[in-house]
Amino acid sequence: MKHLSFLRAGSGARFPATSIPKPPEKNKGIYAGGKKGYNRPRRPVAAYIGKRKMSMEERIKTTGGVFREGMRDGIPIGLGYFAVAFALGIQAQKAGLGPVQSFFASLLCNASAGEKAGLDVIVAGAPLWMMALTTLVVNARYLLMSTALSQRMDPKGRLLHRFGVSMYITDELFAISIAREGYLDPFYLYGAALVASPCWALGTAVGCVAGDLMPPWAVSALSVALYGMFLAAIIPSAKKDRVVAVLVALAFAVSFAASRLPGISRLEPSWRIILLSVTLCAAAALLFPRTGEDGQGGDEP
Amino acid sequence: MNLLYILVMTLSLYAIRALPMTLIRKPIKSRFLRSFLYYVPYVTLAVMTVPAILDDPRSPVAGALALAVGVVAAWLGAGLMPVAMLCCVTVLVAEGLLL
Repeated sequence: MKHLSFLRAGSGARFPATSIPKPPEKNKGIYAGGKKGYNRPRRPVAAYIGKRKMSMEERIKTTGGVFREGMRDGIPIGLGYFAVAFALGIQAQKAGLGPVQSFFASLLCNASAGEKAGLDVIVAGAPLWMMALTTLVVNARYLLMSTALSQRMDPKGRLLHRFGVSMYITDELFAISIAREGYLDPFYLYGAALVASPCWALGTAVGCVAGDLMPPWAVSALSVALYGMFLAAIIPSAKKDRVVAVLVALAFAVSFAASRLPGISRLEPSWRIILLSVTLCAAAALLFPRTGEDGQGGDEP
Repeated sequence: MNLLYILVMTLSLYAIRALPMTLIRKPIKSRFLRSFLYYVPYVTLAVMTVPAILDDPRSPVAGALALAVGVVAAWLGAGLMPVAMLCCVTVLVAEGLLL
């Protein structure tokens, strides 16, 4: 039960644990509407949960359990990150960044294509406004992801968590977050980020120092780890929902075509991602608007 | 100067991520927008997977195999880590045989 002190400090408990004499009544006060929350009671249930045996289900629903789940799912992401960051580190070294600088740049930015574009700006010695503009353009897909994720945050949750979650909206962490059911428990994301983000930063620093030590076959094999995770995030929903399945297959095909056909293939990948996402999703939303039964589809019957 | 660049990059990146997240705090009412946002993650991730999964490994054929293996494994219910590992192993083995 060592982790319980952490729970009280971290899970938004608004009064000290010592002042909790007994569990509050169900469906009263803080428990009202708890069903739609993070799928667990939102306040310091951990303070008294330690006094009895927890079922497996209850254990998973505690903040600590969710946090550990996040850390577990963060491991494959961290491994994939490390490999990609290694390659980025080599670029960073060429751009004249030291290992410490590249470590902190990666720890703060948490973006692959974005950082690569940023390094290009540094190499070019372009003005600072150019850095801001490039970052905005290359990472504009995060606007879409952040908007999508904003709808998955508990509207009654604390604003602080929205600032915290924003820090870690990366392609991969977004993928595993959106794959969760119900409102996103920010501690799931924090757990994953705690594992993945240092791997990302460390990979950049190591790449910056150790350059070409990693054999090309290993770099090649590890390069698909991140895409494997994308697949694991989208395919289960495609299995459940035929519209999503067709949409994903269509997205694969159109994206491949757009990257190979003359003319349109000259489009920057980041622009292709935004353009195709907006077009395909708008078409799908017009043709197959969602009904409200899963809380995702709107206010229709 | 490098530090200034990094600072600007960090701030612009955070702004992109934090603005929608903190400004859009209420559930969106429009049925079109909600449907649109429901589809966004799947399409965005799909578009990021293809063609990158073909272009990133040394052999595009190995990448295509990894895509097929990943889709099948995820369809059969494999989790994040197993699917990711399977894709890596597929590329490793396929490149060993092909290259």
